[in-house]
Amino acid sequence: MTTLTEAGHARAIQRGLLGRLVDRIGGGLLQVALVLIAVFWLVPTLGLLVVSLRGEKENNSTGWWTLFTKPAQVTFENYSNLLASGFTSSFWNTVLITVPATLLVIGIAAMAAYAFAWIDFPGRDAIFLVVIGLLVVPVQIALIPIAKLYGALDIFGSILGVVLFHVAFGLPFAIFLLRNFFVGIPRELLEAARMDGAPEWRIFMTVVFPLAKPAIASLGIFQFLWVWNDLLVALVYADSANQPMTKALQSQMRQFGTNVDILAPGAFLSLIIPLVLFFAFQRYFVQGLLAGSVK
Amino acid sequence: MTERLDGPQAPGDDVAGGSPGPAETEPGVARPPATDTDTDTDTDTATAPRPSGTGTATAPRPTAAGTAAARLGPSPKIAVFFLLPALLLLAAWVIYPIIFSIFRSLFDAAGDRFVGLENYAAIFSDSSTLTTIRNNIIWVVVAPLIVTVLGLIFAVLTERIRWATAFKLILFMPMAVSLLAAGVIFRLVYEQDPDKGVANAVITTVHDTFSSGQGYPGARPRENDEAPVALKDGDVVTRQPVQPGQQVLIPLVGLKPDAVEKAAPAKAAAAGGLSGTVWLDVVRGGGGTVNQIDGDEKGLAGITVEAVAGGQVKATTETAADGTFYFSGLPAGSYDVRLPQSNFEASFNGLTWLGPTLITPAIIGAYIWVWAGFAMVLIAAGLSAIPRDALEAARIDGATEWQVFRRITVPLLAPVLLVVFVTMVINVLKVFDLVFIIAPGSVQPQANVIALEMWRVSFGGGGNQGMGSALAIFLLILVLPFMIFNIRRFRRDER
Repeated sequence: MTTLTEAGHARAIQRGLLGRLVDRIGGGLLQVALVLIAVFWLVPTLGLLVVSLRGEKENNSTGWWTLFTKPAQVTFENYSNLLASGFTSSFWNTVLITVPATLLVIGIAAMAAYAFAWIDFPGRDAIFLVVIGLLVVPVQIALIPIAKLYGALDIFGSILGVVLFHVAFGLPFAIFLLRNFFVGIPRELLEAARMDGAPEWRIFMTVVFPLAKPAIASLGIFQFLWVWNDLLVALVYADSANQPMTKALQSQMRQFGTNVDILAPGAFLSLIIPLVLFFAFQRYFVQGLLAGSVK
Repeated sequence: MTERLDGPQAPGDDVAGGSPGPAETEPGVARPPATDTDTDTDTDTATAPRPSGTGTATAPRPTAAGTAAARLGPSPKIAVFFLLPALLLLAAWVIYPIIFSIFRSLFDAAGDRFVGLENYAAIFSDSSTLTTIRNNIIWVVVAPLIVTVLGLIFAVLTERIRWATAFKLILFMPMAVSLLAAGVIFRLVYEQDPDKGVANAVITTVHDTFSSGQGYPGARPRENDEAPVALKDGDVVTRQPVQPGQQVLIPLVGLKPDAVEKAAPAKAAAAGGLSGTVWLDVVRGGGGTVNQIDGDEKGLAGITVEAVAGGQVKATTETAADGTFYFSGLPAGSYDVRLPQSNFEASFNGLTWLGPTLITPAIIGAYIWVWAGFAMVLIAAGLSAIPRDALEAARIDGATEWQVFRRITVPLLAPVLLVVFVTMVINVLKVFDLVFIIAPGSVQPQANVIALEMWRVSFGGGGNQGMGSALAIFLLILVLPFMIFNIRRFRRDER
C-alpha cells in the first residue's frame, strides 16, 4: 500500500511542471468556455429588453443587436403605448392575486406545520405523508372540478377564486418546508414556554413564528414567484376584468409578429419585479430550493 | 442506493455544526443548505427526539424526554384548531377534485352519459392525443437528462473559477422569470429571419464562416463564345485549359451591381502560380469593356475555386475581397479552373425552429435554458458537501481529474443527481406554458403535450370535460411513481 502511494507521489511530482502548464492553458480555456456559456444564458433576455426598446419599424427591418452600433434607436414609445393601453390594470391584478395568495399560504401553512411538528395527535404522521404525496399532484386535476365549484359559489372569474386556488396548491410545499424547519427548533424553548403555562397559540406566535423567519422568507419568495408567474390558473379562472399580466400577454400571442411592440415591453415589465426580488433574496430562494426540491 | 440516499446529508450536518468545513465556503448561491434537510436531521440526532406519533413514519422512541413531552404536551384537540384551515383547503381544492375527476372521466363530454373507460381508450387511439403522448415521451427522455448533465458539468466547472457566484446567478436567473416571459423571449430568439432571430443570425454567421462565404445566386458567365468561362452542369468552368503562371479571368454577370455595392473593386491577380480574378463584369450605369477588369467593377469575394486536372480536383482555394485567387505549389500541367455550383445557390437562411419538425427540440432548448441553473445550484450544494479529503487523496495518488470526477465525485453525488433528475421528470410531465407560448398556433398540434391538451380539450375550445378529466387522471397516474418516491425518501430521511 505504501509503495503504491509513493509511486503515486513520484508520478504526481513528475507531472508537476508539464502538468502546471497544461493546467494553466486548460484554466484559460475553461474561463473562456464559461464566459461563452454565461453570454449564451444572458443573450435571450437581453434580446427581449432591446426589442422592447426599439420602434416597430426597426424591429421589422433589422436585428436587435444593431442597437449596439446605432444606439439612437432607443425609444420608450412601446412602454408608453403599453401603459396607455390599460396594461396597468392587469399589473394591479397580478399584485392583488399574488400578495394575498402569498400571505395566506404563509399563515395557514405555518399553523399546520406547527401542529405537525410540535403537537402530538393521532394519525399525525399518516396525514403528513398524505401532504407529501400531494406535493406532486398536477394542478390539471383540479381545473374542471374547481371550475364547477366556483360556478356554484359564484366566484368564477373573480380574483378570490384565483387566490384560493393558489393557496390550496401552495399548501403542500409550504407545510412540508415549514414543518421541516419547525422540528429543528430546540425543544427546550417550547418546553419552557409550556412549563410557564403559555397557550399553544401564544407559543406559536411568540416563539416559533419569529424563529422561523428564514424559512418563511424562503417560502414567501417561492410562493410569490409561483403565483406571480402563473399562467394556467389565471387562464381558466380569471375573467378579462380580473386577469393578471400573464393572461393579458397570452391573449396577444396569436399575432406574435405584429404584437411584438406590446409583448416585448409587457413581458419585460412582468419579469422586473420577480427579478428584483430574486436578486434581493436569492439566498433564501436557494435555501427553499434545497429544502423542497420535489415540486 | 438505499444507503447512498442518505449521503449528502451527513456532510451537510457537518457544515451546519460548524466544523472546519470545505476550504471554499463561497458566498452567495453556493452556500450549502442551511435550512430544512440538514437542520432536520440535526435535530433528530442532536437534540431530544420529537414526541413520536402513532403513525407509521417514525418508530416510537421511549426515552425520558419522550415521556416528559407526552406529559407536558398539549391536548390533541388543539391540533384541530391549527390544522383546520389547511386541511379544509386541501380537502376541497385537491382531494375532492381527484375523486370528482375519476368519476367525471367515466362520463361523456356533457356529463350526462356513462361511457366507462371510453375516454381512456380514446386517449390511446386518437392520433392527436397519441402525438401528445409521443411528445411527452420525447420530453421525459431528453430534457431531464440534459438538464441534469449540464447542471453537473456547470457545478463542477464553477468550482474552479473566481466568479462562480456571478456565473451561478446568471444561469439561475431564468428561474425567476415567468414561463410566459421565457416563451416570449424564445419566440424572439427563434425568429426565422436571420435579421431578426438571434439563433438563426448566429447559425448563418457560423455557416458562412466555415462554408463558401456568401452565395451569389443568379451569377453566371456571359453566354457567348468570347467569354473565357462557360456554364457546365451548373459549374462555371474555363473554356481553355490553363497552366500555372497564367492569370485567369473569370467575368460573371447576372448580379445587380447594387447587390455587391459594398464589395472591393476587382483587381488583376499578381503573377506567380496559377492565379486569377473572379469579378462582376458589369459597370454601374453601363460602359466598360467586356471581359476586362475596368476601374470600378467589383470583385466577388468568398467564391470557392477549384483547379481540376483529369476530372479530379487538385487544389481548392477561395477568392479574396478583391476577387483574386491563387493556387500555390501546383505542379506544372494544364488545368481547368472551376467554380462549383454551390457558389451560386441561394445562401443559407437558418433553420425553421418553429416549424413542425424542429418545434419540440426548440422548446426543449428553452426549457433547458430555464432549468439548467436549478440543477446546477442543487448539484453544487451537494458538491460542496463532499469531503475534500477524498478528492485530495485521490489526486495525490496520481488520479487524473477525469478519474476523480468519474470515480469519486459522481458516485458521491448520485443521490443529489437522482433528486434533480426525478424533480425534472415530474416537472417535464406537467410542461404546459412553454409549449403553449412558443409553438405558433399552426404548429401546436405537432408540439402538443398532455398538460396542454388537457387544457385545450376542456377549456380552450374543446368543450369535452369527460376527456379533460381522463387526461388529468392520466397525468396523475404518470406522476404517481414519483409521489411514492418522495414519500419513501422522506420516511427514510426521518429515520
